[in-house]
Formats: sequence, structure tokens, C-alpha cells
Amino acid sequence: MPLLRFAGRRMATALPMLAAVAVLTFVLVRLAPGDPVYVLAGEGGTPAYYALVRQRLGLDRPFPEQLARYLVTLARGDLGWSLHQQRPVGELIVERLPATLLLAGMAFLVATAAGLVLGVWAAVRAGSAVDRLLLVAATVGSSLPVFWTGLLLVLVFAWHLHWMPVQGMTAAPAPATAAARVLDVVHHLVLPACALALQPLASVSRLMRLKILEALAEPYIVTARAKGLPRGRVLAHAVRNALLPVLTVLGGYAQMLVTGAVLTETVFAWPGLGWLALDATLTRDYPVILGLVLTGAAGTVALNWLTDVLYGVVDPRITYG
Amino acid sequence: MADVADAQGRSTHGRRPWGRRGRLLWQIPDLAAGGMVMVVACTVALFPQAVTSADPMRTGGVPLQPPSHAHPLGTDDLGRDLWSNVAFGAHGQGGAGATALATVAGVAVGAAAGLYGGWWDEGLMRGAEFVQVIPRLLVALLLVALFGGDLLILVAVIALTGWPMTARLVRGEVLALRERDFALAARALGASGWRLLWRHLLPNAFPAVLVGLPIQVGRAILIESGLTFLGVGDPGVPSWGKVMQSAQAYMREAWWLAVFPGIALTVTVLALYLIAEGLHTLTTPTLARQHPLGPWRGERRPADAA
Repeated sequence: MPLLRFAGRRMATALPMLAAVAVLTFVLVRLAPGDPVYVLAGEGGTPAYYALVRQRLGLDRPFPEQLARYLVTLARGDLGWSLHQQRPVGELIVERLPATLLLAGMAFLVATAAGLVLGVWAAVRAGSAVDRLLLVAATVGSSLPVFWTGLLLVLVFAWHLHWMPVQGMTAAPAPATAAARVLDVVHHLVLPACALALQPLASVSRLMRLKILEALAEPYIVTARAKGLPRGRVLAHAVRNALLPVLTVLGGYAQMLVTGAVLTETVFAWPGLGWLALDATLTRDYPVILGLVLTGAAGTVALNWLTDVLYGVVDPRITYG
Repeated sequence: MADVADAQGRSTHGRRPWGRRGRLLWQIPDLAAGGMVMVVACTVALFPQAVTSADPMRTGGVPLQPPSHAHPLGTDDLGRDLWSNVAFGAHGQGGAGATALATVAGVAVGAAAGLYGGWWDEGLMRGAEFVQVIPRLLVALLLVALFGGDLLILVAVIALTGWPMTARLVRGEVLALRERDFALAARALGASGWRLLWRHLLPNAFPAVLVGLPIQVGRAILIESGLTFLGVGDPGVPSWGKVMQSAQAYMREAWWLAVFPGIALTVTVLALYLIAEGLHTLTTPTLARQHPLGPWRGERRPADAA
């Protein structure tokens, strides 16, 4: 049960963090030039009308009271009202969330799985031509801007080879059967997922290689080798221990995926949160972006929390006092 | 090939890392290559007129022309010369300067947290954690929606969210170094906390910060170009991201619009990462000479190869 208590305590520190993000965004919005009343009520009204709107919206109340109301509204799960689309922001986000989760989740899976395999391979062959080649590839891979990778993939695989669709998530008339529809989405998913996965893939593989080489320098490896364990078994010891530090940074990739998702979704017209963010920026629909900032922060906090808890599950040396 | 193997840092074992600088620079090709690219990039950024006579904003040429003698990289949809756009777009990497500020802030915060410990440490590290939770790109977009697309504000904001990485790094170094014998000796001699930090701890933490700096600059450049790619920023100022944004509509007819600015951007960021790599090799001279699992079947030992 100490693990549960630890998970609860970490959760308790995560919530004030989210509240702080909410306060920050609130202050930013209030710092912006222009009176929100004119944005909401339109130009050309009478002073009496504006006063009424101000009163109805609570904008005549003192600043701390407005902030408190805002936080209470957020805590109820109400993210506000989109100025441009005239719909609740929460509804918009829930509608777009599955597409982004699918894209980011797939990219995450590809990046971790391939990154681990390549990292182990490079570490086992450290100093060889393969290792050097992988190192160069990883360095180049982490310098590639995600939107440029996307453009190149579209250029080669969609425009020239015609293997993949150029953009979107589904074909224009959707296929008739459910199985065909799933295949259609997967077909559309390949290029954006690869584009988004490349940067985290490069860093996971490099970190994995480094951590395995560090683990291999530990005395228990010498012991294992002295006992005459086969190479593969010795390596398995090292991989298990190298996985721990790699796990810690996975939370950090949430940031990379949020940023990457906005850019990737723009390139591929993927109907997710990133595209919504760009749309909202171009129409100056700030309540929507506000909601997205909070959603992104909540996602990052949740992933960090999950990483902490997982760390405790995987590493028996960690105790929770 | 032997030179390359040396340059990986294996055979620099036992040498003074900062000694014989001139030779070492060439023994670390990462640093040499990255440095040369950055010198070229900075020169082009400062004096774009020196490498192109065309005006990046002048329209009226033949639109969507493939690379030719007159237009080495072709022209865009409005007939503007792409090469001059790439050259003039190099200066747009203003994130670099603001990153220096972020690094200084990060060093200060990290040093304070590591040296004073206790509540200072707790509070400052919570602050760092908080900043790292904020989705940078989305906050940048929020600012654009609220204040308009002045890229300068955005660059400052983005760089100001960049300090936690340095802060964590410096804090870790200071925490480890302050327990070492030389720090203990300095304290025994009556050195104040400030002197200990300034004369003993920070100089030893410096290599770690130095290695991180080019990486931070590279990330700032990537985010900045991502923003211009999204269409944020002054449309009258040439930028690599903006060219790539307009390229999307002409992917089938004009591949060069998407390809060349991307190459410029990737090579710049790659050069910065290579510099970081080279600095890492330079500051950690003793890397393992032999694979800890022993030579692979049929593989010559690195020592034999050299």
C-alpha cells in the first residue's frame, strides 16, 4: 500500500501545478489589450448595454473574485465558450481528442519500440561501423524539424510513389465495411505517425545505448561474465537496469509530442487538437487555445505522474517513506 | 579510419583535455564540422547581401521555376528568388540570443537551489517543474491570438521557458560537487558560500552547461521555425518556416520550395548538435577503450584496428 499512498501524494502535488497553469493563462488573457466585453458583445452598442454585459459576465467584480470564479468553473470541467465556433470549448476538445491520441499514441509506440531495439543493437556493437552509422542517423534524426520530415514524407510517398494518401484521416467516401474503415485510417496514419515518431525515436535510441554501456561497466556485469553466463543473459541484466533511466525521460516526450502534434497535424490536415489550435490561432479564438493549453498541461502532468508511479513499480529499490 | 576512431575520444585517454587545442579541434571532427557550418550560417545571417544580389521580397519573376543558373534554388509561387529567401531567412533565428539569457537564469536558479538546499531547493525546483509542464508551443499560439504575431515577444517567451533544463543540470552538478574533497577543503579554509560557488563549484559545473547550450539554441531555432511554419510572424520578413508553409500548396509542381529551406534548417540545427557532441568529447576525455562485453565474434579489437 505504500505505493498507493505515494501515488496519491504525487497526485496532490500535481493538482496545484495545474491550478498554477490556469492562473498563468488567466493573467495572460487579462494582460491582453482590448476589453473582452467588446469582443463578446460586438461593436456599436450603447454604454448601458455594455454595462449590462459587464455585470452579467461578472467582469465588474474585483480581479481576485474573477480569478476564483474562473478556477471554480474550470474545476467543474467547464473550459469556456468558443468565440468563433459558438460552442463549448470542452465539447470541441473531446471531439478532436481521439484523433490526436491515436496519432500521438502510435508515434509513442513506434518511437519507444524501435528506439529500444536500435539502442540495444548500437550498444552491443559499440564502436563498430553499425554503431557509428546509428549514431549519425540518430543525430541527424533529432535535428530534423518535424514539419519538414512530414513534408518530405508527403513529397516522396504520397506525391511521387502514390503509396500513401496526402492528408486527412479517412478517404473521401468512407469505405463501406468496418474492417475497411479501420484499414483506411491505418493507411492514413502511417506517414504522420512516422514523422512524429522520428525525434523521440532518435533520442530514445541514443539514451538507451548510453545507459546500456554504463550498465555494462558495473561490477555485477563482471560477476555475471566471470560466472560464465552467456552473452545474451549478461546483456539482459544490463538492459533491465538501463530501462529505468529511459523510463524517466518518457514523461518529457509528452512535451515533444504536444508540440509535434500541432505541427504534424498541420502538415497532414489530421483532424486533431493541433489542427484545432492552429485554427483557433488564426481566428483569434483564445478561449479554445486556453482550453488546449490546460489540456496539454494536464496531459503532461498525468504522464509525469504515471512515470513516477511506474518507476516505483519497476524499481524494487525505491521505497516510499 | 584510425583517425576517426581516435576522434570518438577513445584514444584521447590520459591526455590533458584542453591541451594542444589546435590539434584536438581536428581530432574532434564533430566540433570542427559543426563549428564551420555555424561560422558560415552566422556570416550569411549577418551579411546576406554578400551571397545573393536578388531581393528576397521582389516579385514578378517567372513563378515556380526549377533551380537554374539565374535562380540556383528556383523561384516560389510569386516568382521570388528562393536562394535569396534562404539567405535572408537565416537571420530570423533570433531565439539564439534569448537562449543565452535563459541559460544565465538557469545557472543562477540551479546554483541557488543546489547551494542553499532546503526550502530554496524545494521551491525553485517546483518552479522548474511547473515551467516544464506548460506546453510551450500552445502558449506561444495563445500569445499570438492575444497580442498579435510579434515574433520577438514569442522568442523571449520561448527562451524564458527554456531555463529549467539548465537549472536542473547545474543543481545536480552543484549538489554532487559540494560534497567533494576540494569543496570541503575550501570550506575548511573559511571560504564563503559565494566564493565556494564562484571559484570552485561553477567552474567545475561549466562543462555540463557548455554542452547543453548548443542543444538549447537548436531547440529554440526549431520552435521558432515551427511557429513561422504555422504562419505566425511578420509576412514581410523572409523566414525558412514561411517558405515551407507556402510550399505546401505547390508540393507536386515545386519540390524545391519544400526541400531547400528544410535543408538549411536541418543543417543549422545539426551543426549545433554536433558542436554539443564535440564539446562533450572534449570535456570527458576518458571513454571506455574496449567494449565491456568483449570483442564480438570475428571482430577485431579497437586496439588492433588502430
